[in-house]
Amino acid sequence: MGAEVESLASRAPKKHTEGKIKINAKRHSRHLLSNSLSRYYFLFSILALCFVLGLVIVFIGKTALLLFADVSPADFFLSFNWTPEEDFFGAGAFIINTLSLTALTLVIAVPISVGMAVLCAEIAPKWLTSFIRPVLDLLVGIPSIVYGYLGLTVLLPFLRRVSGEGLGDGLLAAALVLALMVLPTICRISDDAIVAVPRKYRDAAYALGSTRLQVIMRVVLPAAKRGIISAVILGMTRAIGETMAVVMVIGNTPQLAKSLFSPSSVLTSNIVMQISNVEFDSNWNYALHMMAFLLLLISFALILIIRFMGRKRRDA
Amino acid sequence: MNGFTRTRHSARAQRRNRLATFGFYALGTLVLLLIFWLLFTILSKGLPSLRPEFLIKQPEEIDPGGGIGPVLFNSFYILLISLVISIPIGIGAGIYMAEYAPDNKFTAALRICVESLSSVPSIVFGLLGLAIFAEYFGIGLTILGGGVSLALLNLPMLARVTEEAVRAVPGDIREAGYALGMTKSYVIRKVVLPVALPAIVTGVCLVAGRAFGESAVIILTAGLSTSGEMWDFNLFSPGETLAVHLWYVQSEAIVEDARQIADKSAAVLVFVVLMINFMFRFPLWLGNRRKGR
Repeated sequence: MGAEVESLASRAPKKHTEGKIKINAKRHSRHLLSNSLSRYYFLFSILALCFVLGLVIVFIGKTALLLFADVSPADFFLSFNWTPEEDFFGAGAFIINTLSLTALTLVIAVPISVGMAVLCAEIAPKWLTSFIRPVLDLLVGIPSIVYGYLGLTVLLPFLRRVSGEGLGDGLLAAALVLALMVLPTICRISDDAIVAVPRKYRDAAYALGSTRLQVIMRVVLPAAKRGIISAVILGMTRAIGETMAVVMVIGNTPQLAKSLFSPSSVLTSNIVMQISNVEFDSNWNYALHMMAFLLLLISFALILIIRFMGRKRRDA
Repeated sequence: MNGFTRTRHSARAQRRNRLATFGFYALGTLVLLLIFWLLFTILSKGLPSLRPEFLIKQPEEIDPGGGIGPVLFNSFYILLISLVISIPIGIGAGIYMAEYAPDNKFTAALRICVESLSSVPSIVFGLLGLAIFAEYFGIGLTILGGGVSLALLNLPMLARVTEEAVRAVPGDIREAGYALGMTKSYVIRKVVLPVALPAIVTGVCLVAGRAFGESAVIILTAGLSTSGEMWDFNLFSPGETLAVHLWYVQSEAIVEDARQIADKSAAVLVFVVLMINFMFRFPLWLGNRRKGR
């Protein structure tokens, strides 16, 4: 080894002629140039992303705010009367339906997802875990329109048979479909949060004679609480913004959902059903944009909540 | 002598523990069965009766026996356009966040931007595309509009997967590069990116699979119809994709075999998405296994 280095060193000066050093200097400046250029390119890319966010807010917000020239905000937010043909733009029913659909989805999805996450992170042997995780990824890959189609052709007939209702579409059908869609999101992030709990916590609890269930319920889950809550909120943003799967099973009737099986409509489904039929310069279109803007604001608020929680954790 | 005596309390705790373990396994089994049953239902309804003609024939409005040729082509075409636009910017943004971003307020603001953008519902991107292309530029519902809007939807996800992939590259190989006198961009190009490539490819495949099945954006920006030609590369013709076609057939079509067409379209859609996910990841997975040995 040492001899080799020495022989290399003795050969090196012969290779470095004067001309070669000049070329290297040129190459060096070229490298410096490409170095600073690529720095600007990467900065430009991230700024482009922010620009897109700005575009979204400006384009949707600008059109949305035109609504309030003619319709009072109180009418829009509080009235349940959505008959755009007669200039009644009350979106209250859609807002409440969206919130109740999201809540119902989470009630179904959270216990199952967190249970799966605990199974993956704490209980299952390694081979089973490395089987479950990719399978959950498969679930993410299935397009939302296919979920909707399955809901329509498989879930609705099933619900009709079980409940004896005439149609079967409504909040419950939509919530079941959405629960399946947010399951992998919540499960994978909670899984990561549980895995990140330091091993010594578990060891300490086991040393006190806890059973595995007690360790999970009293030590691991409380320690992973913030991560799990972020997972649930991310699942919420998905559920609130999902369109095509919901539109196929919810019934698309602009009314307040009074029972689990009454056909109704949420913000997203109402937008996609009506947007292609309206004039651009009409209050109807402005109202639909206002609903989209509302969706935007809700998602931003949820993201800010997650950030806020993340900062608290770092402070603690 | 066993120093530990079973009290009634601890016996109950152990019984509960066994019961809960059983419960967790039962839950896992049920969920896995549900997932496989879903995939089986989709694929078994459509694939057995699938003929190659179906994939290249024109859709029919009135007679039974229509195919999905142009919509399948449009799906790939729009996906390609969206990836060509979004990959350079998305990966660039991810590299900035992982390699360059200093730890200050500006970076925190950028991060909030990226996260907010990734939480924007897809229907809102549809409205944005509609406002930009149909209203502002006045070119109506086109393949170009669909591709660009889809690219915007992809951007934050690409940035995130790239950032994660680049962050996972160990710091010491970077330092080895610097020690040789390499510039930062040279280290990124020659050292960091090759190491991060498998993870980035996996992420791009996930994004591509999502984009292939995306429908809310395409309905609003590329429309519910095709130009009626098979290999139509014109960026300004309407571009219904397969996912949108599934929606159209299910909700508005009047052909008598709409149900069969929808079943087959759904099967093709899921099949292609699974293929996109596996085709690129499988070689990487194999490579990893070989390296592991």
